[in-house]
Amino acid sequence: MSSKDGSGDYDEKTRQILAGMIEAENRAIARKQEQPACECKQGMFPATDRRGFLTRMAAAGTGTAALLGQGLAAAAAGSVDYKVQADPTREPGRPIGADDGYGSRSQFENEVRWRYPTATRESSWSMTPLEQGNGIITPSGLHFERHHAGIPNIDPARHTLTVHGMVNTAKRFSMAALQRFPSVTRMHFIECSGNGLTEWKKPTLKTVQGTHGLTSTSEWTGVPVATILRECGIEDGAAWILAEGSDAAVMARSIPIDKMWDDAVLAYAQNGEALRPEQGYPLRLLLPGFEGNTCIKWLRRLEVSDKPFMTREETSKYTDLVNGGKARQFTFTMDAKSVITFPSGDMRLPGQGFYEITGIAWSGRGRITQVEVSTDGGASWQTAELQTPVLPRCHTRFRFPWHWHGGPTILQSRCRDETGYTQPTIAQLVAVRGLDGHPLYGSIYHNNGIQSWAIARDGSVTNVHHF
Amino acid sequence: MCTTFNIWRRTTCCILLLCLCIVARAADTGPYGFGVTASPAAIAGIDIDVMPDGRGAPPGQGSYAQGRTIYANKCAACHGTDMATPVKGTGAAALRGGRGSLASGKPQKTVESYWPYASTLFDYVRRAMPFNAPGSLNDDEVYAVTAYILAEGGIIDQDVVINADTIAKVAMPNRDGFIPDPRPETF
Repeated sequence: MSSKDGSGDYDEKTRQILAGMIEAENRAIARKQEQPACECKQGMFPATDRRGFLTRMAAAGTGTAALLGQGLAAAAAGSVDYKVQADPTREPGRPIGADDGYGSRSQFENEVRWRYPTATRESSWSMTPLEQGNGIITPSGLHFERHHAGIPNIDPARHTLTVHGMVNTAKRFSMAALQRFPSVTRMHFIECSGNGLTEWKKPTLKTVQGTHGLTSTSEWTGVPVATILRECGIEDGAAWILAEGSDAAVMARSIPIDKMWDDAVLAYAQNGEALRPEQGYPLRLLLPGFEGNTCIKWLRRLEVSDKPFMTREETSKYTDLVNGGKARQFTFTMDAKSVITFPSGDMRLPGQGFYEITGIAWSGRGRITQVEVSTDGGASWQTAELQTPVLPRCHTRFRFPWHWHGGPTILQSRCRDETGYTQPTIAQLVAVRGLDGHPLYGSIYHNNGIQSWAIARDGSVTNVHHF
Repeated sequence: MCTTFNIWRRTTCCILLLCLCIVARAADTGPYGFGVTASPAAIAGIDIDVMPDGRGAPPGQGSYAQGRTIYANKCAACHGTDMATPVKGTGAAALRGGRGSLASGKPQKTVESYWPYASTLFDYVRRAMPFNAPGSLNDDEVYAVTAYILAEGGIIDQDVVINADTIAKVAMPNRDGFIPDPRPETF
């Protein structure tokens, strides 16, 4: 079995940028260590093992009182720090309504999104902590983010959607008007096409949050775009629709009208409540299976035309420069992809024995039909169990029972979708596209290659390239 | 005999009801009449895009000389005075240089080397720049900055005035640098 780190020849500038990313990830791991965590995780998540942390700090001569003085008792993000009861069966719990009617997660749960160290905090992105996820839904507060000019704060009573251009009647819809139309509810993933951009040349980030955290699944509710197109009437010859947001980037993408007629949704709700502000409140475009950037948030305008508008985000950005100097344009669809989320990078298996390998698979082209897992670095593959529901263009949870016998090995997963497309290796992608597309990373968008996690003899899990 | 007749009658009734249901559902595809007609004035207030053929380009114009002043005041703090070396820590992109680098393995994607249409430059500056005050430049100022960046990139002469007519005629170096999505790939 051979394993390699890709050993891309990085220049000094690249090394500095990558060092910044690694540092950001390390900061996130360090913050987790400062938070209390339940013992039930059995050391598999050493970064969140409070006892291990206290032991280490004690060894370093730091007392618990000093730790508390540093704010260790502060509640994890999104939680309230209630008093922990010595025996919850011997006294009543806190009264109903203490949360003012909107609940929060347990103070013992501390996974958070962490932000890429881009130059500004307004044009940046944050990653979903997939390693601690269960099932297929991403909690709304952990859905990954990508903003180009900050998160606007919009009063829904003043927000409108204008539809114009090659229409019979140009119309403007208030949020109240949109919510009167017949609605649909669908579960779909949204993935940023830049997911995995650090991993083309060599394994770079430690955790699955860093390598794959730009994908999330929600249950979305809204009005089919087709309903609104019928409402306005579309002229002959219409082929593209510009979707535009009302953020400071006035983010805009041209969308083929066939996609809009097919399954596009004007989403106003996510996981049963209104969209979160960072997901486009009060209205976002949902294009199932298309790259996340096209799912325009804070949507204010749809302009129907015969040609694409060639905005900055579909020329300068979100185009894929391949070997030979040409760039692929309008690469909308997210290809089939899977990743093992447990065990995954920076975890540590406490010893030999049974583990349930689990992860997620998804495809922008339809349903996942099969996920295979290899526990021997690709020498053999076995079919994993798919958890129902298995939905088109949606995260699909897979599970695979595994006995670890204590030796070093490599875990991988690969998936197939209903079109017959099988997830390739990173090497196969590079063979077709080359590594000349970006001076730092080699390539940027649409990395759907197989992820490899190396298990060392001591149970530690690391990100490796293994083809 | 009588029973058979009843079954047939019931079945026929069911089929008729089903047909009625389908007709009723088909009628539910609208139009619903929600929303209001958008007036031309309301549309004009937000219809800011400009297309490669010049559609959407507003009245007005801008020159290299005007653009040089505006660039110095509004753009250079992030994009750098020479447009090729952005100021560290701003996240701004290089706008000039990199021509011929796209196949080199160290591609420099700038307006000069990579952007296929001049309309995109006008459109983007108008909608999203300057980063700290988007939408603060008037149309003449956006035309002027466009002229200045294009001329500094050696794409147009310094005496070319950019307006709704000339912006569609600019020949960008990487105009033919884009290809359709060939995926799904076969491996």
